[in-house]
Amino acid sequence: MISRRAWAPLLWLGCIAFAAIVVARAHYITDLSAFLPANPTPIQQLLVDQLRDGPASRLILFAIEGGDDAARARASVLMVSRLRKDTQFSMVNNGATDAQQSDREFLFKHRYLLSEAVTAERFSAAGLHAAISDTIDNLASPAGLLFKSLLPRDPTGELLNSIDQLSRSPSPMTQDGVWVSADGKRCLGLAQTTASGSDSDGQGMAIDAIRAAFAAAVGAAPAAAASGVQLKLSGPGVFAVAARAKIEKAVVRLSIASGILVVTLLLAVYRSLPALGLGLLPVASGALIGIAAVALGFGVVHGVTLGFGVTLIGESVDYSIYFFIQSSRRHSGAGARSWQQLWWPTIRLGMLTSVCGFASLLPSGFPGLKQLGLYSVTGLIAAALVTRFVLPVLLPAGFAIRDVAPLGDGIASALQRLRRIGAATVATLAVGLMALSIVVLYLYRESLWNRDLAALSPISIEEQSLDAKLRADLGAADVSDLVIVSGPDLESILRSAEQTARALRPLVDADVIGGFESPANYLPSMATQEARRSGLPNAAELRANLRLATVGLPIRSDRLLPFLEDVEATRHAPLVTARDLAGTSLNAGFDALILHQKDRWNALLPLRGPASGREIDLARVAAALAAGDVHEALALNLKQQSDALYAGYLKQAIRFSLLGFLALTALLLIALRSALRVARVLAPLVLSVLTVAASLAVGGVQLTILHLVGLLLIVAVGSNYALFFDRQANSGDRGSEALTLASLVIANAGTVTGFGLLAFSQVAVLVALGTTVAPGAFLALLFAAILSPREAPRAAAGHA
Amino acid sequence: MRASNLNFLVPLVALGLCGSAAGASELDEVMGLLAARQHGRVEFIEQHFLHILDRPIESSGELRYDAPDRLEKRTLKPHAETLLLAGGVLTVERARGRRVVDLRAYPQIQPFVESIRATLAGDRGSLERWFHVDFAGSLGRWSLTLVPLDSNVKRAVAQVRIDGIRDQLFKVEIRQPDGDRSLMTLRPAASP
Repeated sequence: MISRRAWAPLLWLGCIAFAAIVVARAHYITDLSAFLPANPTPIQQLLVDQLRDGPASRLILFAIEGGDDAARARASVLMVSRLRKDTQFSMVNNGATDAQQSDREFLFKHRYLLSEAVTAERFSAAGLHAAISDTIDNLASPAGLLFKSLLPRDPTGELLNSIDQLSRSPSPMTQDGVWVSADGKRCLGLAQTTASGSDSDGQGMAIDAIRAAFAAAVGAAPAAAASGVQLKLSGPGVFAVAARAKIEKAVVRLSIASGILVVTLLLAVYRSLPALGLGLLPVASGALIGIAAVALGFGVVHGVTLGFGVTLIGESVDYSIYFFIQSSRRHSGAGARSWQQLWWPTIRLGMLTSVCGFASLLPSGFPGLKQLGLYSVTGLIAAALVTRFVLPVLLPAGFAIRDVAPLGDGIASALQRLRRIGAATVATLAVGLMALSIVVLYLYRESLWNRDLAALSPISIEEQSLDAKLRADLGAADVSDLVIVSGPDLESILRSAEQTARALRPLVDADVIGGFESPANYLPSMATQEARRSGLPNAAELRANLRLATVGLPIRSDRLLPFLEDVEATRHAPLVTARDLAGTSLNAGFDALILHQKDRWNALLPLRGPASGREIDLARVAAALAAGDVHEALALNLKQQSDALYAGYLKQAIRFSLLGFLALTALLLIALRSALRVARVLAPLVLSVLTVAASLAVGGVQLTILHLVGLLLIVAVGSNYALFFDRQANSGDRGSEALTLASLVIANAGTVTGFGLLAFSQVAVLVALGTTVAPGAFLALLFAAILSPREAPRAAAGHA
Repeated sequence: MRASNLNFLVPLVALGLCGSAAGASELDEVMGLLAARQHGRVEFIEQHFLHILDRPIESSGELRYDAPDRLEKRTLKPHAETLLLAGGVLTVERARGRRVVDLRAYPQIQPFVESIRATLAGDRGSLERWFHVDFAGSLGRWSLTLVPLDSNVKRAVAQVRIDGIRDQLFKVEIRQPDGDRSLMTLRPAASP
């Protein structure tokens, strides 16, 4: 039979074993999706998908800087020719004309299906006459020179039309045969990976391949010529890989550093290895069970969540500290038992208040915060339960730790000195500090919260500005205004895109918009292609039309035999499919405008600003779409959308945090059954939250959603301190004050150093948390100590 | 005197410039004259001799130039068309619409347009960046033969020959590698 003492450790062992299996088998991700919304509207989903897996996310921008013009161009050419052989890339382009050769062949081959100018009328005698004389006129212009040799095969100039309809967006300038920036100081290029943007491993390998190709290209040149030539990379994949490296580094470093700190702290306090081992049990169990809960609840574990594991160490290590120190007065089982009666209720209440705080993260829109919430809630409960039910059983007979009473006495006498300051003075100072903080927060109310989603990004400002510079140079600037059309399949969205284009064209003429791109410019819908193909006359008819058309023109129709052959070939050729396009570098342009979600296809039609330089009037665009009877089309501004998205999540998080605070207050009211006591417990917490928030504002830090989490943590951790002081004042157990103080100070030191470490990480979200919680936890203890109820005169006399 | 002091340079000059030293200074004089002109307006007749066509395409109109980089070619016959080159961007305007071509995107055409612009601007540096420049004649009656340096450009243009009298151009002939050519004859505009 299992004894009553043994069931808890057995249950614990079972849980740990199960959690270990789950943790070992869990899937860990380190991309940026932790801070992308989880339950968005369809449009937000589109934005998120676009960011995470869209073709744009597979784009790597590269620039070659330094050295002289020739060395850069040479490196660019050699590097790109190497990369083109690499199957990791679906497209590599540096503007070199040989890259466009295959594109031109594709456009030329399919010109009668691709060109918008192709209609049945164009192939009538009159239509041909006009088209051919136009082409001949073109021959006299400089650009016509390029197309002269094509005249016999393409007398209507459909190749030029096909090229024109694709090159409506600005392209970078060319120097020495490759793309260069406007100042000519950088060679530019684009590579599109076959790996999806969220596949950090694939992105990492592609980036390594680019770097290797560059090194080989530079190595192939004479040392003098290649000196100073540098490669710069940017793009979503580059960011993701850099972010992953940063997060991984931060997680490993922080785990090691905080581990060492906690072990050192506990060894210094306990002076006992068994105590150290036992003391770490709640933390380790909590972390393991927390991660297992996240893995079970979400399917994947974000690396950032592990980084936050430090937060749990900070609080759950406190439990064992409280247990060992507070039960150390009587070194026996009786000591532990009396601890369970005297102290456990307070720790349980503290744990429950923390759970209230962290639970407010659970409904958050950000998966990273949801995970942190679940991790903390389960981890804390597990740690507390292990402290309560497992540790007492495992304590060896005669277990003893170093007597911390002298430390506690020292702290107590310091506190006594502090308390000599009159109650009225303390109250005045507290109210004054609170008022000052509120005034500061009010003054900074406009700029208090950072509403920019990029603030959460682990990407540095320098990296972001390099990206913006390269995009501007490449003419691949992030579009902000676009029309999105959706449908069940590719064909339907291409048709809608064509319909949208017809609706938008009058807006271009009216200069409401400067122009637009459309995937249908690359690949017309099957319906449109079919219409064009069926509009082509048969060989006999075309021959007759051509004979009439060339009357009066300086070209005889028999010179245009190749034209007859090509048209006839097109009449019997299959229509162009996405697969045909895939072999060309045009595919990157097409792909970037198509977004395939589970059962939904979306075509993006980015709008260019009007020549007047005004902003695009989206209302007029929407009106034109409505007038053009284009259903499933939506005009929107991405910047507004993503700002609104983040602002919404921030607002939601603030609301949930306030709800969490209310729940915590209600919990305290139920447990303490005294409004005055609850107010006294909450006062130091509110004061430290306000002080920290005001200090950050004055220090020029704009608060993000992670600062909010930090403020929540101050309440969660600080509530333990305040509750112990409350218990002290209301239990009548005066003798234990020194021990209480010692355990609180040691626990606080652990929390402050743990979070202080976060402040030194390279990851913005961790820094936000560290700079909020470290000072906040310290202030919470300080305020709780100073504001705690004065001892009744009798007791004070007795103690002294 | 000074000349004797420089005597030792003569073999070097002879070696490096293959005796075109005299031509070079004349070229500089012509360039100087051209550079001094800020505006120009001439009438042109242009003929394109293309082997694929039965007869040459002929067009005529007016050419205007404003230093240093604005060149406007207004064709009046047979179809109205305006070609405007300004700051590296070519704008083509016809009855049926407008097209803007950024010449930087067409490295093959750029030097070809540049040959005329740089000559009009007296910009010898730019000419020599793109072409092997051969000067013949004298200030009173000169001719520049420009042969592209870049092999890509050579595929489109074999040579450009510009004839002039002092600061006036009167003939621009462009030969293509396949034997096709265009000939533009210029004369001062009839009315201001």
